[in-house]
Amino acid sequence: MIRLFAFLMMIAPAFAQETVVAGLSQTRVSITAQFQGSEILVYGAVKRNAPEPEGPPLQVIITAEGPAMPVMVRSKDRRFGLWVNTSAVQIDQAPSFYAIATTAPLPQILTETEDLRHRISIPRAIRAVGVAAENLDAPSFTEALIRIRAASGAYGMREGAVTLSQDTLFRADVALPANLTEGDYRVRIFLTRGGVVIDSLESTINVRKEGLERWLTNLARQQPLIYGLMSLLIAVVAGWAASVGFRLLRA
Amino acid sequence: MQMYLPIAEVSVNIFVLLGLGGIVGFLSGMFGVGGGFLITPLLFFIGIPPAIAVATGANQVVASSVSGVLAHLRRRTVDFRMGLVLLAGGLAGSTLGIGVFARFSAAGQVDLLIQLSYVLFLGLIGALMLQESLRALRRATRPGAKPRRSHEHLLVHRLPLKMKFRTSGLYISVIPPVCVGALVGFLAAIMGVGGGFIMVPAMIYVLGMPTKVVVGTSLFQIIFITGFTTVMHATTSFSVDMALALLLIIGGVIGAQIGAQAGLKLKAEQLRILLALLVLAVAAKIALDLVLQPAELYSLTPMRLP
Repeated sequence: MIRLFAFLMMIAPAFAQETVVAGLSQTRVSITAQFQGSEILVYGAVKRNAPEPEGPPLQVIITAEGPAMPVMVRSKDRRFGLWVNTSAVQIDQAPSFYAIATTAPLPQILTETEDLRHRISIPRAIRAVGVAAENLDAPSFTEALIRIRAASGAYGMREGAVTLSQDTLFRADVALPANLTEGDYRVRIFLTRGGVVIDSLESTINVRKEGLERWLTNLARQQPLIYGLMSLLIAVVAGWAASVGFRLLRA
Repeated sequence: MQMYLPIAEVSVNIFVLLGLGGIVGFLSGMFGVGGGFLITPLLFFIGIPPAIAVATGANQVVASSVSGVLAHLRRRTVDFRMGLVLLAGGLAGSTLGIGVFARFSAAGQVDLLIQLSYVLFLGLIGALMLQESLRALRRATRPGAKPRRSHEHLLVHRLPLKMKFRTSGLYISVIPPVCVGALVGFLAAIMGVGGGFIMVPAMIYVLGMPTKVVVGTSLFQIIFITGFTTVMHATTSFSVDMALALLLIIGGVIGAQIGAQAGLKLKAEQLRILLALLVLAVAAKIALDLVLQPAELYSLTPMRLP
C-alpha cells in the first residue's frame, strides 16, 4: 500500500491536471438605439489537483468571435483605364467579429499544429475550404479580408492583454464595438504550456437587439410591405409637417 | 451622440446624419432635384452599406420632395397633368431598371454600373446645362440681342396624341413626356436616385416647359418614383432603415424649406449654373475614383445566410 502511494507520488507531476474555470461579466448584450459598444470582462482561475508542474510557464489565450457568414471578396484591376472588379473569391465562413487576447506573443505560446486543431489565430478562424482550387491567387484574398476587417476594428489581436497573476488567476477585457451584428458570440479560453493546449473552456454571449430596434428589425423581416409603406407614410407626414410648420413660423 | 441603426447594424453620429439630410434637403428645395445623387454617395462615405444607402436614400427623397412640392403647390407651379404622364412612363422604366440592377448585382459589377452611369449622365447633363445657361446669361446681359422666341416649334409639336398642359402653357404630344419619364425611371432604379437632375433639364430642353413649372412638377413625380422604389427595396431586399431615414428626413425637410426660399431669391439662369456646377463636381469625383488606383484593391460583400 505504502509502495503504491510512493509510486503514485512519483508519477503525479506527469498527470498533474490543470483545468480552467472562468466566468464572464455578462452573458447577454442588448443592442438598443443608444448602444455604443460593450466591454466584457473575462475572468477565471486555473484549478490544480497537484503542485504546479515544472517546465514552460502557463499561458492563457482568450478569443471572442461573432457569428460566421460567407463573404465574397472581390479584387479590382485596371481594364481600359478604369479600375473594375475582375476576380472574386468566396470565403465559406468568416466570423463577423474576432478578437484574441493573450498573455504573450501568440507564436511563442502556441504551436502551428495546435493552432490548426483549435482554430485560434485569425487566419485559422476563417474557413476557406477549396478556395485555393478556385483561384491561384487565393491567399491574397484571405489576407485582404483580414486586412480590411482589422482596419475596421472587427478583427484584432492584443498580445499581452491577458493578465495572469501567480500562474492561477487571470483576467482580460474584450471590447465589443458599436457596429455589432446580432447573434451568439463564442468566447473560448485556452491554457497552454510549451505551445500545447492543456485545457480549454467555451461559453456564449448572447447579443440581441432590444426594444424599438428589435421591433423594427422583426417588422422589416416579417411584414416588409407594411414596413415599406410605414416608412413611406413617415416620409410623407414629415414632409407635410415641415411645410406647414414653416408656414406657421413665417406667418 | 451615437445611435445604433437597426437594419444597417452600424452606429453613427446623429448630428452627422441630421446635417447630411439638411444639406441635401436645402439643395433639393432650391433646385427641384430629389438629392438622391448626393445622399447615396454621402451615405457610402460615412460607412452605411451600399444596399441600405440606396434604399434609405430613396425614402429620404420622398420626404424632402413632399415638403418641396407643397411649397410649389401654394405658388401653383405644379403641372399635375404633365406629372402624371411622366409618372406613367417612369414606373415602367423603373421596373425594367430594377431587373437590370439585379442582373448586374449577381455578376458583381453593380458598382461599375452605378459609377459609369453616374459619370456618363451627370457629366453629360451638367455640361449641357452649364453651356446653355452661360449662353442665356450672356444673351441677357448683352442689350439688343435677339430674344428667344417664346413659342418655338419643336419635335414635340409634330407627333400625334396631343394633349393640353395648361399650367405649362403647352399643347404637345404625350409620346415625348412618356419617353422622358421612362428613361428617367430606368436610370433612377439603376443609380438609386429620384432622377430629378435628368428630369429637370429634359423638361426644359426637350419638352420646352417654363422653368418655374419644371421644379414643382419634377418634385411631384419624384415623390411617386422614389416611393415606389422604397417599397420595392423594403419588400425584396429588406434594406430600408427606418431609423436612418427618419434622421435624414428631419434634417432634409427643414433644409428643403430653407432651400425653396433661397431658390426664389435667385434668377433662373443663376440657379441652373449652380446646379450644373454641382452635378459636374459629383461626376468628376466619381470619374476620378474610377481612373485613379484605389488605396484598397479588394472589397468585401457579406452574404447573409437565408
